[in-house]
Amino acid sequence: MRQLGLGARIFHGVFVLFILAPLVMVIAVSFTDKGYLSLPTDGLSLRWFYAIAENPEFIDAFWMSVWLGLVSASIAVLISVPAALAIARQRFIGRDMISAFLLSPLMIPHLVLGVAFLQFFSEIGLGGSFYGLAAAHIVLITPYALRLALASVTGMSQDAEDAALTLGANKFTVFRRITLPLILPGVAGGWLLSFITSFDELTMSVFVASPSTQTLPVKMYHHITQTIDPLIASVSTVLIILTFVVMLILDRFYGLDKIFIGKG
Amino acid sequence: MMADLADKRIPYLLTAPGTLFFAALLGAPLVMTFLLSLHAYDFTAGVLPGWTAQNYIEVITDSYFQKIFARTFGLALLVTVICVLIGVPEAYVLSRLSSRWRSFFLLIVLGPLLISVVVRTLGWALFFGGNGILTMVSQALGFGDAPVSLMFTFTGMTIALVHVLVPFMVLAVWASLQKIDPQSEDAALSLGASKFTVLSRITLPQAMPGILSGSIIVFALTASAFATPAIIGGRRMKVVSTAAYDEYLSTLNWPLGAAIVVLLLLANIAIIVGYNKLVERRFAKVFE
Repeated sequence: MRQLGLGARIFHGVFVLFILAPLVMVIAVSFTDKGYLSLPTDGLSLRWFYAIAENPEFIDAFWMSVWLGLVSASIAVLISVPAALAIARQRFIGRDMISAFLLSPLMIPHLVLGVAFLQFFSEIGLGGSFYGLAAAHIVLITPYALRLALASVTGMSQDAEDAALTLGANKFTVFRRITLPLILPGVAGGWLLSFITSFDELTMSVFVASPSTQTLPVKMYHHITQTIDPLIASVSTVLIILTFVVMLILDRFYGLDKIFIGKG
Repeated sequence: MMADLADKRIPYLLTAPGTLFFAALLGAPLVMTFLLSLHAYDFTAGVLPGWTAQNYIEVITDSYFQKIFARTFGLALLVTVICVLIGVPEAYVLSRLSSRWRSFFLLIVLGPLLISVVVRTLGWALFFGGNGILTMVSQALGFGDAPVSLMFTFTGMTIALVHVLVPFMVLAVWASLQKIDPQSEDAALSLGASKFTVLSRITLPQAMPGILSGSIIVFALTASAFATPAIIGGRRMKVVSTAAYDEYLSTLNWPLGAAIVVLLLLANIAIIVGYNKLVERRFAKVFE
């Protein structure tokens, strides 16, 4: 058995502290009983969590982000699954180009996408609309959905499909009864990763979102650039807890490392 | 078996929703941004009709923009180097843990990738602010009562960005360490190699593809990062992305902003392509 030396253990401990420090800091500050930024030195208080209820713009922004994530992740998956079936299974002229094109948003800085959409949507009359924001998010998250869909199509055996075809099932039945159930776990993982990527996105949305379509990260960003108070810490704490739940689900069913590397 | 015409069309039909959507909503906006960057802007008349390279000349020759581009490049380089220095050993430690501890710590190290960058940056802003922990620590250590602040500093941006991006480095190196056959290390050890020799001659060369791909991810993401430089660096420590943001949303000089953005995109692509070439050459050397 390979043992880790003391130095390696200390390094690991410091690294983990570094990773957790800012999150712990946010959570600690959110429980303060003071009216200003401070650590809760004389007792925990939930006053800043109650304060969220008095600031409905955060709650509105939260639901905007949820709704946006649901719509764009679902459409991204609907685009990705047929594309993944073609790209992973069939050889055709332009296959590599199409696959690179559909994955290309991964290589383009979100800032570039943001300004490009800002100009595009204002010129075609969709500036500041929910449709524009959703379209931008679909472009951004489709590569994530596609990567996981590709991985699950590549990873499945075609024997069951061949058997069903030989036994006289038509192509659509094979897809509905065999292929789809087999790739569903991977596709669901891709949906969840797309959802959370859309939910967290700031840099592109800050250009595309209008006051009426402000997402939670955009709202939080504008709040922080004005003032940093315990309220933003309590909003962040709620967000950390919600993300943690999603994280546990993803890790339990797929393994976080596999999700991020794209081999779900 | 002969494939008939209908069969040949199927892959194109299956990919059509994606490619059509992307052509309209990715290709068109990018082309329009590029075209916009070739127009001049006037503060009273708006975007002028004639074509010109004036915006590019301004960005390339103006010392204000040179400084911002140089700062961004330096920041990206520094963040990448620090991420290699701490991310590679951490990935190695993770690969050596027992499987139960490993999945626990993988969750801690990779989990923050799912938490909004705004939240993670806020955590550092709480540390760095004038009445934050830093000041308390320096006062407790007897460095005087003056508040210590890393807000609006290069150091502050570097620390926060390393925190935001180091999980990508750990992930990339971790993935390449997974592929190493542990028997190659055991073989070297049993043949009398020291632990250090095994690390430098066996483990590190095999982890190299992961280190290189992690570096390029971290570099590219730092160079175009927005949230962290905007919150920690603010107006006083501008980088390319925050400068472009100001051109678009404060000064409203969109053509100039477009030129900045196009240059950022080109630099990004050039670095990714160049790095890939380098990696390919490295590969050839390592696995000859």
